[in-house]
Amino acid sequence: MENNTNKSRRYFLNNGLKLGIASLIGGIGLSKIASKLYGKTDTNSKNTIELMTTDGTIVEVDSSEVVEVIHSHDQEKKYNLREGMPNRKFVMVIDLAKCKNALKCQIACNKHHYITGEHAWLKVYKMQEEEDTAPYWMPTTCMHCDHPACVTVCPVDATFKRRDGLVLIDNDRCIGCRFCMAACPYSTRVFNWSEPDYGEDSEEMMHMNMAHQEHNSIEFAGMPSKIGTVDKCDFCPHAIKENILPHCVTACPNGVFYFGDKYEDTVTNGSETVRLSQLLIDKSGYRLMEGLGTKPSVFYLPPVDRLVDFKDGLDKFTNFNSVEKNK
Amino acid sequence: MEVSDKLIQDLAPRKFGKKGVIWTISLIIISLAGIIAYIDQVIKGQVVTNMNDYALWGIYISNFVFFVATSFVGAVTVALLRLTNNAWRTPIVRVAEIISLASIVMAGITIMIDMGRPDRLLYLFIHGRMQSPIIWDVIIIPTYIAICFLLLYFPLLPDLAILKEHFSKTSPRLSKLYGKFSLNWTGSEKQKRIQLKSIHIIAILIIPAGFILQTVDAWLFSTLFRVGWDSTNMGAYFISGASVAGVGALVTVLYVIQRAYKLDHYITDYHFDKLGKFLVLTCLIYLYFNINEYVIPEFTSKKEEITHLNHLYSGQYAPLFWFVIIGGLIIPIIVLLFKKGRKPLPMFYIGLLVVVGSWWKRFLIVTPTLLQPFLPVQGVPEKWHHYFPSFHEWIITFATLAMALLIITALVRYLPIVPIQRTADEQEAIRTNKPLSS
Repeated sequence: MENNTNKSRRYFLNNGLKLGIASLIGGIGLSKIASKLYGKTDTNSKNTIELMTTDGTIVEVDSSEVVEVIHSHDQEKKYNLREGMPNRKFVMVIDLAKCKNALKCQIACNKHHYITGEHAWLKVYKMQEEEDTAPYWMPTTCMHCDHPACVTVCPVDATFKRRDGLVLIDNDRCIGCRFCMAACPYSTRVFNWSEPDYGEDSEEMMHMNMAHQEHNSIEFAGMPSKIGTVDKCDFCPHAIKENILPHCVTACPNGVFYFGDKYEDTVTNGSETVRLSQLLIDKSGYRLMEGLGTKPSVFYLPPVDRLVDFKDGLDKFTNFNSVEKNK
Repeated sequence: MEVSDKLIQDLAPRKFGKKGVIWTISLIIISLAGIIAYIDQVIKGQVVTNMNDYALWGIYISNFVFFVATSFVGAVTVALLRLTNNAWRTPIVRVAEIISLASIVMAGITIMIDMGRPDRLLYLFIHGRMQSPIIWDVIIIPTYIAICFLLLYFPLLPDLAILKEHFSKTSPRLSKLYGKFSLNWTGSEKQKRIQLKSIHIIAILIIPAGFILQTVDAWLFSTLFRVGWDSTNMGAYFISGASVAGVGALVTVLYVIQRAYKLDHYITDYHFDKLGKFLVLTCLIYLYFNINEYVIPEFTSKKEEITHLNHLYSGQYAPLFWFVIIGGLIIPIIVLLFKKGRKPLPMFYIGLLVVVGSWWKRFLIVTPTLLQPFLPVQGVPEKWHHYFPSFHEWIITFATLAMALLIITALVRYLPIVPIQRTADEQEAIRTNKPLSS
């Protein structure tokens, strides 16, 4: 009995002591937090600095409160392929008034992405909505939608949307269910039904292999294409990363394609650089199938005040062929 | 309750005759041919199919949808008839359970055939994303397989114990096997109580599972923008279509078994009559949804909808479309409304027509929509403007159908197709004039 009370007293003392220490530490901590919250510092240096707030007013603060922001120096190393380039938002503008189906864009795209199947990533459609409306040529790339239907339905996260606006495909992840192809309303996605045939020991093949060894990443789509997986226009991240315009933009002789950054509000077709927002207002820019809510990153300028004749493009138009075959 | 020797003699599994052996061997040969064709497809890629960037899904997918639909028969007949206390179900439920199990297993296999990279199957589990309807399928199909298996297995327990006794002298090896699978069934009150309760739970469970399965299957299409798929009608449309396909398959298989095993005393005209009424009901419901799907868009006549519908009404798919609508729905409804039409033989032909119609119906749901994208089809080879399955696709598809029939055949060979214990109990109940608990 006596033993018992002894034990409980020791227990009480022990715990009481612990509780005391804990509340002491807690109290100091709380006062620290409170001083931070109310902007009081213990070491008032008496020096003040003038700063401008976000709404433009000048405030005077104690210099001890100004802390240097730590910038990360390993941005390049931390670069995440699935996150993309920070603080960019790539967009394209396609001016239908200038397109005459020269197909240089398609040829350049096919060449640089080593496309060997039947189906090009970049297509130029011969459009005519109704008998009474005017025909026009309409190049389409991947729309790199901000609400991409393809990304929503992908079961394995093989196709993904990046912060910089690009929709890319990880061909090492893709299981080939083709659900994304069924989901895309722009018919932009193509499938590698067989092992891509690059031709034996061709110069292209050598180029591709060299490029592939150097940059084996999802930013170099089409090098090489993988059997049983989906491919599509990738907005050439390998080029834009080096501040080079996508191949279709530079290849076009008529300056149809403008490429740029929405945050910078500028787009360029290589020879002229324009304000994106002003261009879209001035020329009534629109996006394809806006009603579907996909929010594409590609804008179109309507085919008005045309600089080219629609008929010029008819010689080049081939209904059944978009990729030149290997000889 | 004692089970009479005659009953067991009648209902116990029997060795196949000459016809049965030929049937089984042909199924095995077709299955093997399909496996060879599939291996070739894996080596060469899906270039061996006639699918292309526009017709990006073909009969692999429509065949998958058909299997999923047929597997619904377990949920509609077994569970619904059980819960509504329809006593006439006894001799048909096991066949329905077997068809369900075989179909859903083959559905799981068929969907893999369509994958461009079957070697990456595990990615569905490693990298699976819940947003994708395909993952919903990955979850519900194994669940449904498990439920279907249990719904077949639990009611079998007493029969397996009976068969253990029955074969103890003639075939000790088979007897031992039946004994193992009967899980020491003695027929005690306690065992019966547990068994009854379990069956009841599964019978309730399979209804929502079946509905989810069919609806997810519908959502594979209706979650996409395409004309002909982008419809809120799809879930109910698929469920009613699945009832038609399932009951049609049940009628057909039931007739063959009745003939082959000479079970006219157990599976009688009365049962076919009831099933006929059931089939006509499902057909009428399906017809209603077909009207919603194919006639109502005509009213607003949106350009894309009209182009799509004209493809079906009078375009390249017209013969198939009208065969499916008239052969697979209208004729069955008319024939089955007459008492003479619900006799076993006409029912067999109608069932066959319904099953074939249901198969092509899935083809019509998948292919025409894909060939009519929003932007025109240009810059691709001429043959990409159409789709008809290649030799490989046909062989592989026939093989999957043969494998489903093989599973059904094997189960029919080794399981009592009409529940023995249940039939005995019912006969006893009629004799003593006491009601039988379900």
